[in-house]
Amino acid sequence: MIEADGAGRTFRVRGRVVHAVRDLSFRVAAGEFVACLGPNGAGKSTTIKMLTGILTPTSGRVRVAGLDPSRRRTALARRIGVVFGQRTTLWWDLPLRDSLELVRLLYKVDRKVFRERLDEMCDLLDLGGFLATPVRQLSLGQRMRGDIAAALLHDPVVLVLDEPTIGLDVVSKAEVRDFLRRRCAEHGTTVLLTTHDLGDVERLCRRVLLIDHGRLAFDGTVDELRATAPGRASIEDVVAELYLRSRTTPRTPPLPLPAPDGPSATA
Amino acid sequence: MIRTYALLAWTWTRAAAQYPVSFALMTAGGVVVGGLDIAAIWVIFANTGTLAGFGLTEVMFLYGASQLAFALADLLFGNLDRISRHIVSGTLDVMLIRPAAPFVQVASDRFTPHRIGRSIQAGAVLAVGLSRLDVPLGRVWMVPVMVVSGVVIFAALFTLGGALQFLLTAAPEVANAFTYGGATLTQYPLSVYDPRIVRGLTFGLPLAFVNWQPGLYVLGRPDPLGLPSWTGLLSPAAALALAAVAALAWRAGIRRYRSTGS
Ligand SMILES: Nc1ncnc2c1ncn2[C@@H]1O[C@H](COP(=O)(O)OP(=O)(O)OP(=O)(O)O)[C@@H](O)[C@H]1O
Ligand SMILES: [Mg+2]
Repeated sequence: MIEADGAGRTFRVRGRVVHAVRDLSFRVAAGEFVACLGPNGAGKSTTIKMLTGILTPTSGRVRVAGLDPSRRRTALARRIGVVFGQRTTLWWDLPLRDSLELVRLLYKVDRKVFRERLDEMCDLLDLGGFLATPVRQLSLGQRMRGDIAAALLHDPVVLVLDEPTIGLDVVSKAEVRDFLRRRCAEHGTTVLLTTHDLGDVERLCRRVLLIDHGRLAFDGTVDELRATAPGRASIEDVVAELYLRSRTTPRTPPLPLPAPDGPSATA
Repeated sequence: MIRTYALLAWTWTRAAAQYPVSFALMTAGGVVVGGLDIAAIWVIFANTGTLAGFGLTEVMFLYGASQLAFALADLLFGNLDRISRHIVSGTLDVMLIRPAAPFVQVASDRFTPHRIGRSIQAGAVLAVGLSRLDVPLGRVWMVPVMVVSGVVIFAALFTLGGALQFLLTAAPEVANAFTYGGATLTQYPLSVYDPRIVRGLTFGLPLAFVNWQPGLYVLGRPDPLGLPSWTGLLSPAAALALAAVAALAWRAGIRRYRSTGS
């Protein structure tokens, strides 16, 4: 469903070349839930942007839902849902209801189907109380629910989320996670999310990709990730140790590479 | 494309309708600015009977044609010059993940219907000018063609200005110099300018094809530069050529787009 083959992206910053992502290869099969971890500046958002067609890779190639994202952007948009935790995909000045209606029209979702899906999401995400509020006046947690609803209204086969739980309180986080897990499992949606919250990983994802200095540093299950730093109590400590190790040896891949029998074999 | 544009424009129009006072003020503001331009022409004619050999009705015709083309292009595509703001604020990222061309989304974003006031005003000047001229029926058909060509030329300039902003974030000012500057240049018969400028506007940046060359054809006037009278008929070709260049530049801009670091 998601494939990256040696994908890389460089930026020229004041004459210098910055390798945001380099030689990234991985596959995500239909229906998988995958978390993408990595320290700040590792290249997670850049990867997401290449997968969604926002950025054109400068080397290698990516494919999502059978399409080359940057070349078939509009066709891809109908098959994927995207959530940016840091910014809304809704229209700032429109009430949430109008924003969602506009999404319906842009994605050409049938009115009746839309009503059903919206009712379901209002139920599960508790949108009812602020449908009439302009998006700019929503709290972060309300806005995030609105964004998630908007990303799923056209029933995408792939859902990509860049830090979907950033800034949410404990209860909202749990609700959003529950919703994502239930709804995406029911619909067989393939999910790739980035996060700094390891709770997301433990609750949602069996498989973890760790990106570091733009390279894939680990690809395997959460248990395999734990096993890389034996003796550490929590997954937080494991990841902290991995991030710290990578700081001291930035140039070489700091970790054992993809587990051969990980769930990464098929696409 | 057109459906999506209409959809988004209608959404913004409804949003603007929630603030009727500001809508009325902005419409009035646009009409006042246009009125000042027209007043300037009156002042010129109060002192001299002609402007570079053109009478009042002819100048009204040329002015109305260029300003109508510009006002319509500004109404439909003027918001392309805000693209650097979309780049900086990250809203362009969001447009790129929606199933619609980013060009249409940027152009229609915050669509402001009050700019229609300017178009109506310019259209009225054009109509009055035409009604007082005896243009033979065999040449009148060129009037709508020249207005549409003018819209395409100005729209292409707005697009080029937008594409430039993928390279330079300080480009809105540069871009405005070409679009708004072009609108001001073509207000008057081009024969008021140095022939070198007119040549540049004919063979280079084809602003002469907005209203000057086709206008000379409609008015049945010889070209001061000595170009044949059918040159005016080339307006649609000039407009399409510029639009093709603009489309390529826009595509290149989107492909080079680098988003922001956060
Ligand atoms: N548009 C850009 N121009 C220049 N450099 C960029 C751009 N986007 C990203 N980068 C650089 O690429 C690298 C990776 O950035 P990216 O945003 O992908 O990191 P990230 O893993 O999402 O980090 P975070 O966890 O902090 O969100 C960083 O060094 C960043 O400075
Ligand atoms: Mg990021």
